[in-house]
Amino acid sequence: MKLHEYQAKEIFADAGIPVPDSRLASTVDEVMDAVDEIGYPAAIKAQVHVGGRGKAGGIKIAEDDQQARQYADEILGMDLKGYTVDEVLVEAGVDFENELYVGVTMDRGEGEPVAMVSTEGGVDIEEVASETPDAIAREHIDPAFGLHPYQARGVVYEAGVDREYANDVASILTSLYDLFEERDASEIEVNPVMITADGDVVAADAVMNIDDDALFRQPDLAEMEDEAAEDDLEAKANDYGFDYVRLSGNVGIIGNGAGLVMTTLDLVDHYGGEPANFLDIGGGAKAERVANALDMVFSDENVDSVVFNIFGGITRGDEVAKGINEALGRFDEIPKPVVVRLAGTNAEEGMEILNADLVQVESTLEDAVQRAVENAEGNQ
Amino acid sequence: MSILVDENTRVVVQGITGGEGKFHAGQMIDYGTNVVAGAVPGKGGQEVHGVPVYDTVREAAREEDADASVVFVPPAFAADAVFESLDSPVDLVVAITEGIPTQDMAKVNKRLSEVDTRLIGPNCPGIITPGETKLGILPGNIFESGDVGLVSRSGTLTYQVVSNLTERGIGQTTAVGIGGDPIIGTSFVDALELFEEDPDTEAVVMCGEIGGEDEEQAAKYISQNMDTPVAGFIAGRTAPPGKRMGHAGAIVSGSGTGTAESKIEALNDAGVPVGDTPSEVAEHVEGFL
Repeated sequence: MKLHEYQAKEIFADAGIPVPDSRLASTVDEVMDAVDEIGYPAAIKAQVHVGGRGKAGGIKIAEDDQQARQYADEILGMDLKGYTVDEVLVEAGVDFENELYVGVTMDRGEGEPVAMVSTEGGVDIEEVASETPDAIAREHIDPAFGLHPYQARGVVYEAGVDREYANDVASILTSLYDLFEERDASEIEVNPVMITADGDVVAADAVMNIDDDALFRQPDLAEMEDEAAEDDLEAKANDYGFDYVRLSGNVGIIGNGAGLVMTTLDLVDHYGGEPANFLDIGGGAKAERVANALDMVFSDENVDSVVFNIFGGITRGDEVAKGINEALGRFDEIPKPVVVRLAGTNAEEGMEILNADLVQVESTLEDAVQRAVENAEGNQ
Repeated sequence: MSILVDENTRVVVQGITGGEGKFHAGQMIDYGTNVVAGAVPGKGGQEVHGVPVYDTVREAAREEDADASVVFVPPAFAADAVFESLDSPVDLVVAITEGIPTQDMAKVNKRLSEVDTRLIGPNCPGIITPGETKLGILPGNIFESGDVGLVSRSGTLTYQVVSNLTERGIGQTTAVGIGGDPIIGTSFVDALELFEEDPDTEAVVMCGEIGGEDEEQAAKYISQNMDTPVAGFIAGRTAPPGKRMGHAGAIVSGSGTGTAESKIEALNDAGVPVGDTPSEVAEHVEGFL
């Protein structure tokens, strides 16, 4: 789960990390009230979960009232890579001399967190990482002990940060790691940390992503989840408790188990079709859940054809077949052709139960996918 | 022969009084697994399927001479359950639980480097040596005893590939699901190493998926250290970047690392044929035997 910049900065400020003075605004009038209090220059920053907001026109620096009004009007309501901007953060401009990158992330290869510091701040850090990896200093952290102060200082010095403000940067890094651990973050980064002419150190941007699997013990963060930022169908899938990802094709896919569903998508592509979605109904699904899954896929107007692929371990073929019959029995006319392939536990019983007037039955994965792709082509 | 588990493995089931733990303990016993004890805090003295339950893993392992444990404990308490097993005298822990916070697993991972116990999973279907024993939730009836080792990050994809093998009359020495989380106890390389050492494993199937670099590491290991032929499959060729595809670990990063292309290329470079479909994987294996 991603936090918005303003949410992350509230958390930073509470943790004693210096951030610029700012106000959240959702109308032009609110922006004007905010600049009255903050003064100029003021940054007006779109609050959407999109990388590269600045380049896309979602961040502008206003020098006076006229500019503030104009930029607020432009940014509020704008479409930024598919996301509508409902809120902006109005923030005091920082007169900086240097920009740094400071972050903490989970290194999955090593299985432990890693702190990263670079003097190449303010630019795309992924690019820095791939083009000049030596420009980023890294320090792995033993999760049982946490980040030792000497490690924080060490990685800051190693990155080549000026001694004059190195201690302040190390202190920000230490606070970031504490937040990373306490708030179950998967990634936390400040790009840039700005250094002012007076040598003050300020967190000018904030990225904080939270481990979805830890939200049960971070209830206040879970509440910050921005449902408006989700695709409508993805929000619906969330309500049903499905793992669902919407894609751009027209073959709807339902299956059980992440690896097998991904494989079904890949096979649709392999046989010349385009997958419309990833939908994993999970293990042990009963009839109602199966019906919900069909409802999900039929709700996607791009879908011209559906393939249902179940390999039962704990999931039982007869239960799935009942769910399919029930769900499709509600329609006078089946909205889109459905191909079903059942294998594994109680698959034979399931095949017998399936109503052949409602679905097309195939016995292998490859045949089922090919037939669904043909149906989609014929149905466009 | 087999790797890690056989008919002599003595198993303690953590969470045996819960819904899933109870059901799958029964399935394991039916399959022939030597389930010797259960461990659930506060439930010591009870019996489930005729198996004695103890309050702690340490007590269960000591009293019943168990050498492996299977964890069916909800995510919030699962890391603690794994730590408990690591600190008891079992040799192998299989964690089935899906949804353990990553930072809990980072701490478990650290502890693993300090002990001799092996962890399989979490978020995995478990391990099976067909005809002898299974630890986990794999449906025993689809597996056949034979001479191919199988290692996979996914449960149902494993079942699919196994059924393609079985259709061709190819059985398995051992099949191990290593799990779909970002931080797991046993990697592809660990499993491949064990299969390479097993004299009865004539070929290996590895089923990978998008996310991380474990498959690339495996490719390197195969080209440098393995005589046993390996066939591969990689799921997630059509996955968009930045989206978690069901498994917590199945994600192509925004900057484009962890892609299926990179893994397939690495495996091909290591001489490992990668099937476009699960049945192609079985064809490759048939060609090896």
